[in-house]
Amino acid sequence: MSITYNFAYLDEQTKRMIRRAILKAIAIPGYQVPFASREMPMPYGWGTGGVQVTAAILGPQDVLKVIDQGADDTTNAVSIRRFFETTAGVRTTTHTGEATVIQTRHRIPELTLQAGQTLVYQVPIPEPLRFLEPRETETRTLHALADYGLMHVKLYEDIAHHGHIATTYAYPVTVAGRYVMDPSPIPKFDNPKMHNSAALQLFGAGREKRIYAIPPYTTVVPLDFEDHPFEPTRFGQPCDLCASTTSYLDEVVLDDRGKRMFVCSDTDHCEERRSAGHRGRLLGSAPEALGVGPRS
Amino acid sequence: MIAQGFADPVLSGQKTFRALMDAMARPGSIQIIDGIKTAPEALGPTMSAVALSLVDHETTIHLDRRLGDDADVRAFLAFHTSAPRTSECANADFALVSDGLAMPDLAAFKAGTNAYPDRSTTLLIGISGFHSGRRYILSGPGIDGIATVSLDGARADLAEQLSANRQLFPCGVDIIFCAAGEIMALPRSTRISEA
Amino acid sequence: MYVAVKGGEKAIDAAHALLKHVRRGDTSIADLSVAQIREQLALAVDRVMGEGSLFDPDLAALAIKQARGDLIEAAFLVRAFRTTLPRFGASEPIDTADMEIERRISATFKDLPGGQVLGPTFDYTHRLIDFLLEAGVAPPAPPQAPVPVQAASPRVTDLLAGDDLIEQSPVGAPGQDVGDLTRDPLNFPAGRDLRLQNLARGDEGFLLALGYSTQRGYGRTHPFAGEIRFGSVELELFVEDLGFDVPLGDIDVTECQMINQFKGSHSEAPRFTRGYGLVFGQAERKAMAMALVDRALRARELGEIPEGNQAAPAQDEEFVLSHSDNIQSTGFVEHLKLPHYVDFQAELVLLRRLQAERAAQQSGQDASVQPVREAAE
Repeated sequence: MSITYNFAYLDEQTKRMIRRAILKAIAIPGYQVPFASREMPMPYGWGTGGVQVTAAILGPQDVLKVIDQGADDTTNAVSIRRFFETTAGVRTTTHTGEATVIQTRHRIPELTLQAGQTLVYQVPIPEPLRFLEPRETETRTLHALADYGLMHVKLYEDIAHHGHIATTYAYPVTVAGRYVMDPSPIPKFDNPKMHNSAALQLFGAGREKRIYAIPPYTTVVPLDFEDHPFEPTRFGQPCDLCASTTSYLDEVVLDDRGKRMFVCSDTDHCEERRSAGHRGRLLGSAPEALGVGPRS
Repeated sequence: MIAQGFADPVLSGQKTFRALMDAMARPGSIQIIDGIKTAPEALGPTMSAVALSLVDHETTIHLDRRLGDDADVRAFLAFHTSAPRTSECANADFALVSDGLAMPDLAAFKAGTNAYPDRSTTLLIGISGFHSGRRYILSGPGIDGIATVSLDGARADLAEQLSANRQLFPCGVDIIFCAAGEIMALPRSTRISEA
Repeated sequence: MYVAVKGGEKAIDAAHALLKHVRRGDTSIADLSVAQIREQLALAVDRVMGEGSLFDPDLAALAIKQARGDLIEAAFLVRAFRTTLPRFGASEPIDTADMEIERRISATFKDLPGGQVLGPTFDYTHRLIDFLLEAGVAPPAPPQAPVPVQAASPRVTDLLAGDDLIEQSPVGAPGQDVGDLTRDPLNFPAGRDLRLQNLARGDEGFLLALGYSTQRGYGRTHPFAGEIRFGSVELELFVEDLGFDVPLGDIDVTECQMINQFKGSHSEAPRFTRGYGLVFGQAERKAMAMALVDRALRARELGEIPEGNQAAPAQDEEFVLSHSDNIQSTGFVEHLKLPHYVDFQAELVLLRRLQAERAAQQSGQDASVQPVREAAE
C-alpha cells in the first residue's frame, strides 16, 4: 500500500483551519488562538505546532530555513527540514538572509530579519501564567481581565530572593500594550529582537493547541520594574571561532579540568563571519565535532 | 452549471492566503490577488478567491442581500465551500458584503468575548478601489509609524465605525476590503482617522 | 553518539539504519508476521487500536511490529496515520444491546436475561507460567456453550432503568452535533461527548491508576460492576442521498456500565447513577477504569464536592482530560531529550553571577565588575 500525502503534508481543510487561526492571531497580537491541532508524524513537544504553522503558510516560492538552538544541523532541525523537503519539495537554506520562512526552536537569528520574512517559533507551553496557575480556565480569565499581577509578584519575589529577576529564558513580554505573552523558550538575550521587528512572527504550540503572533512593527516589552529594568544576558567575551562580540554564545566543554570554549549558537552567523575573514581565538584548535574543519 | 473555483485548489489557496496574511500583518498595504475569473459576477473574482481560501463547512457565512438573492453566488459558495449560511450577522464567522457603501454597522457582527476574542466575524467587503477616494491615516501593530491609505466606495462614516470597533479591543471584527485584483485588511488592532 | 553540533544529518541516517537492524533481531530466528501479531497478540492489538483511536487490526499489528512492541509508540503510529484519513461522516450510535456477545458478566445480579457468559478470560486462571506454550502444544478445541447465547441480551442498566432505580441515560438531542476531539480544540468545561472521547483514547495505565484512586477514597463513587460485555456490534452510516442507514461492517468493543450510589440532592431523588466505559476490542481493565473515572468526573454535576472543598484528582476534569493522552505525554516528557543548551547556558550565566555576587558580598567586595567569563585555556 502506498500513500501520497498532500503538498506540505496537511490536507486543505486543516490548512484552512490553521490559516484562519493565524489571521486571528495577527489581528489580536499576543492572544493565544485555540486551534484544532492535528496529530503529526512527529512527537508532541518536538515542534508539531511550528510544523503545522509552517505547513499552512508554505508555498513553492518559499525558501525555508530550520534551526534548533540557533543551529541548522541539530538533529531535530535536520528532521523537520527533511520533512518539508520531502512533503513540499520546497527550497531550503542555512542562510538567514535568503530564507522567506524560518522555523525555529529556542533562538532568534542574529541577523536582523527583514520585511517579507516570517519567523515561526516552536512553542512547548504557550501560557506565560501556566507555572503560576496551572488551570486553563483560570488563566483565560486573567488574560480576559488583563490581570497580570501574578506575574509581577513572581518577578518581584525573584528580586527579593536573588537581587535579580531570575528568569533567563521564556522571559514574558507585553505585546502591543495588551497581552502578556510567552516568547517560547528563547534566551532573554533574544527578547529585544522581537520588538518592532520588520518580520512577521508566528508561534505554534501543537500539544497545547494554540497559535499566536506578533505582527511586524509591534511593541514587545519585557516585563520589568522601574528600579529593576530588564537586562539581556551579556557575555563578557567574543566567540572563540569568529570573534563576534554581539552574539549569543554556547559553552563547549573541552576537558574535565574546567577547560571551556565559547562559540556562537547561531551557526550561520558564525560561518558568515568566518568566511568574511573574522578569526576567533581558538579557531585553529577547535574540536572536530564543531565542524569548523582544518583551514586550507 | 456551477462556476469553476480555484484552478489549483492547493497552490492557488496557498497563494491567496499568503496575500491575506501579508495584508493582515501589514494593515493598509495593498496585496495582489489572482482572482477566480470564472466567479459569479456579483461576488467578483477577488472576493471569490478570498472566500474560497478561508471558508469551508466548519465556518458559518452571512451573505448580504444582493449576494444572498443571487442563485449563482449561492450555488458557487455551496458547491466550493459547503459553508452553512446564516441570516444573522451576529452568528457569522465570515460576512460577505458586496458593496462597501451598503456595509451594515460593524456593531451588528460578532465581536467575540473577552475570554475568546477570536470568536468574531471577519468581513469581506467589496469596494471600488484603493487608489482614489477618501483618505485615512492608520497606525497600530503591523504599521511602521503611520500609513496613509485611500478607500473608494466605503461608507462615509467608515472611520467612525472602525474607531468604535477599535474601542472593543481585544474584541471586535476584522475587515478585508476586496477590489479588482487587490485587497487591503484592517484588523481590529488598527487605529484609524480621516486624513 | 549524540552529535548535536555537526554531522547531524549523517548521524540521523545511521541511527535509523541501526534501528531497522535491531528491530529484526537475530536473523536466524523466523521473521514475525503481521498476521501472527494480529492473531496471537490480540490484546496488544486491541490496546493499540483503542489508544490509537482507529479500528484496524491489521494496521495496529503492523504498527506493533514497526514499534518493536512498544505499544505507546505503536498507538502513535496509528494516530499519525489516522489524521490523514478523510472524514465521510459520523456513524449512527452503535447499539450494544444488540451485540453479538462473546463475554458478558454482571456483578450485580446472580442471573439475568441472557445469562452470565464467561467467554475467553484470564479471570480464575492461576497465574502460573505455562511452559507447554513454549513447547508449542496445540490448544484444545473450543468448547461449545451448553445453551446458545441469546442474540439480544438486555443491558443491566436498562433493566434497572425500567424500575426507575437508575438515572436515565442522557439522550442526545436529534440532529445535535457530536463534538470531535480531533477536530476541535478541547475547552473546559468539556461536554460529556468530548469527555468520553478523551477517556476512550486515554492511556490505560493513567485511567487505571485514577480509577483505583477513587476506590481508595480519593473521590469515592461506591461502584458496582453492573455489566461488562465484549463482542461485535454493527456500525451503520446514515447516507443523506439514500435516506437510510448503510451497514459499514462490524467492530469489536468492550462496554462497562458501572452502577454507583447516589444519595440524592435537593432536586433529585436518590437513585443509582452511571459511569460509562467503551473501548475498541477486548479491553476490560481499560473499560472498567474509564467507567470509574467517567463517574468520578461527574462529581461536580451531581453536587458531590462540598462548597469550598477541593476535587480529588479523578474528579478534576481539567487535570484528567489534560493528562490522559499518552501520545501527548510521551512526546512532551521525551522532548527533554532534545538539545536545550541555549537555555541551559542562560541559566549557567545567571547562576555564576549569583554565586559571584554572594561570594563578593561575603568578602565585602563589589560584585558588579565580576566578569561572566569562566573559560580556561
